[in-house]
Amino acid sequence: MDYLSLASIICAAFAVSFGALGPALAEGRAVAAAMDAIARQPEAANTISRTLFVGLAMIETTAIYCLVIALLLLFANPLLV
Amino acid sequence: MISPLEPVFLFQLGPIAITQAIVTTWAIMGVLVVGAFLLTRQLDLYPGPRQAALELIVTTLDTQITETSGAEPAPYRSFIGTLFLFILVANWSSLIPGIEPPTAQLETDAALAVLVFLAVIWFGLRRSGVGGYLRSFAAPNPVMIPLNILQSLTRVFSMFVRLFGNVMSGVFVIGIVASLAGLLVPIPLMALDLLTGLVQAYIFAVLAMVFITATVQDGRANPTPSPNKKDT
Repeated sequence: MDYLSLASIICAAFAVSFGALGPALAEGRAVAAAMDAIARQPEAANTISRTLFVGLAMIETTAIYCLVIALLLLFANPLLV
Repeated sequence: MISPLEPVFLFQLGPIAITQAIVTTWAIMGVLVVGAFLLTRQLDLYPGPRQAALELIVTTLDTQITETSGAEPAPYRSFIGTLFLFILVANWSSLIPGIEPPTAQLETDAALAVLVFLAVIWFGLRRSGVGGYLRSFAAPNPVMIPLNILQSLTRVFSMFVRLFGNVMSGVFVIGIVASLAGLLVPIPLMALDLLTGLVQAYIFAVLAMVFITATVQDGRANPTPSPNKKDT
């Protein structure tokens, strides 16, 4: 195994692991804030949870980008072959 | 291991290679169209259980559209509703053994995102005319024109990568766990996948609605801010 594919595999693992850190913390904060808001104002739960879902999807996109980068490194790497 | 970025070719039809995703997509389209036709053939003023269930679906869609956009749901119901139902059925089609959801392929998601991109232009033109649509690019002030043009492309791209990444990663993880651990182990993951599929279909439809609403409202001469307007 040459160094280029070895580096690709290690970098893919690093991309996913560190790319998942930020969104995980951010989603935790978002859910905590939404729980707080629902506890204070239960009648607004519908609006809050809809906005929460859309916001979570936005935050999650960052992690998904890292996953796509990792897959590109593993399966569609232009430097290998 | 099979790459998730490459489609599985089934057979060749003239110059066109038919992939598994195309066959599944056409099957889902057929099921939806024939099902909708059969279910709405005899509509009654006093609905039976079948019609009541249908009306529940349509009313829920209408409520979500109105709450997201603050507009009348009628012009958007067909597009947003079809988008939601198609993505939902496509995501959940992985429940049938041997079928990979077509939304786990790049091409299907790219086509759906192109549809949303065109729909934003179409609704913007229809609601506020050519001048109004072009004015929507200079929405806060004309300095933002390059950024707004860039945004109209990147937000569609991010929708497409989001749907692809979520559905594909679910299928991929189930494949890995099934190959490592055995037959019945990935069942909890599949249950989680059902939830992800529903949420992603919902988010895709809501985001399409939000983009359309933002363009329509920016195109007006005196925009009235809607309570739920989100700039993304």
